[in-house]
Amino acid sequence: MSDTEETIEDLPLGTLPLDAWHRAQGARMVPFAGYEMPIQYAGPFGGIVAEHEWTRTSAGLFDVSHMGQLLLSGPDLDAVVEAVLPIDLSTLKLGSQRYSLLLDENGGVLDDLMVSRWPQHLYLVVNGATKWDDIGHLREYLPDEITLNHLEDRALLALQGPKAADALARHATGEYPLSALTFMKFGQFRLAGHDVTIARAGYTGEDGFEISLSGDAAEEIATLLCGEPEVKPIGLGARDSLRLEAGLPLYGHDLSPETSPIEAGLVFGINKRRRTEGGYPGAERINREIVDGTARKWVGLKLDGRMPAREGAEVFSGDEKIGVVTSGGFSPSLGYPIAVAYVASAHAAEGTALEIEVRNKRLPATVVPMPFVPHRYYRGSK
Amino acid sequence: MARYFTDEHEWIDVDGDNATVGITDYAQEQLGDIVFVELPATGTMLDKGGDAAVVESVKAASDVYAPISGEVMETNAALEEDPALVNTSPEEDGWFFKMTLGDKSELEGLMDAKAYKAFCESL
Repeated sequence: MSDTEETIEDLPLGTLPLDAWHRAQGARMVPFAGYEMPIQYAGPFGGIVAEHEWTRTSAGLFDVSHMGQLLLSGPDLDAVVEAVLPIDLSTLKLGSQRYSLLLDENGGVLDDLMVSRWPQHLYLVVNGATKWDDIGHLREYLPDEITLNHLEDRALLALQGPKAADALARHATGEYPLSALTFMKFGQFRLAGHDVTIARAGYTGEDGFEISLSGDAAEEIATLLCGEPEVKPIGLGARDSLRLEAGLPLYGHDLSPETSPIEAGLVFGINKRRRTEGGYPGAERINREIVDGTARKWVGLKLDGRMPAREGAEVFSGDEKIGVVTSGGFSPSLGYPIAVAYVASAHAAEGTALEIEVRNKRLPATVVPMPFVPHRYYRGSK
Repeated sequence: MARYFTDEHEWIDVDGDNATVGITDYAQEQLGDIVFVELPATGTMLDKGGDAAVVESVKAASDVYAPISGEVMETNAALEEDPALVNTSPEEDGWFFKMTLGDKSELEGLMDAKAYKAFCESL
């Protein structure tokens, strides 16, 4: 037996604030984005499928401290950031966050990220594996007067699932109740005596929160939250299966400099004003693609049978190769394999019957709408 | 009947000229939740150390190698319905296939239970 997917790591691995805590919870640690990270936990509720199902039905605590937390400030901040990101900051209000994209001059994706409006600052959360390149890119493209503060001593925890709000509300106090936060809003709160920033967002498709906190407070708060009956720690394995079901792209797999955000269906990441005005890297190509369409599209595929198709598997229509899988696996919630792939736009319509080649076999697959599992974000009391 | 182990975490039970092959408890623990097992067709000629089967967990596909050379005589149909048998009973009900024993000398160099246990502890 041997894993066919090898992890290549040529740098010494970093240690995150919760390293010892994860090990004490029975985590299996693996190299990820330059750190040792928990892929799954031991025990009767451990393992990717159990952790996945726990998050979908209760609440899971994810350590995502490998991600980069950046704070930007300086003169004409909005204008200079708009020169780097296709975001419309005139409509980003204090207390709101928005999805955006770091693009190269050709419109290829360098990273996807969250931008939050803080008083006097913009706060960015970027992917762990790309954070050093992102910092270099931002330093190069932003004027010297802009201060870029990499909050390396901060930890980031995500509490995700239908019972996340109940569990967190028992401990979070602030100017207003946690329930006042709706999807993609954030605020300052106190948690176990610590000042934390809580955003109502996540990467699972469920209601949930992302908590930015001092690394020194991470163990205490992780222990506190996992002491709630609804909450268990969840590893990277389930994080990946949850985000795939939610149809959320993973940078480095579904997005790369070789893909444009329009191909990936991320047109919402190009804010409306910017689609006509341009003025961001790659605008010419992207704005043209918004009008004319793209030659290929990122689609969801439902596979027949039980054999999954993985990243790199080729997609066929008859004898013609028309695409490639960028992520795929067995969906614990749905009980069948799902995949996402870039396919020629002529074959991207929902219901199109295609085949995926896995180990010289052709697996029947059908183009289906995404998300595979409906999002359940909290957008206000019903 | 004697059981041997490979350093790729397969086990092989040898009974006369026939053998049964599966993956070890250590292997299933490492793989996590198994969702699909692709077994060789009956009649396939396997080479020692060559690809014999593929185990799909939620996260990845892993190859299973033939511990020895021989012909596949039977595969475990129960794994089609319930691939999780490999997790719950890896060294009994979750067996993969039965094969002929082409060359008994190939068993030399495989580990016994005690050696395999020590091998796993060294990992």
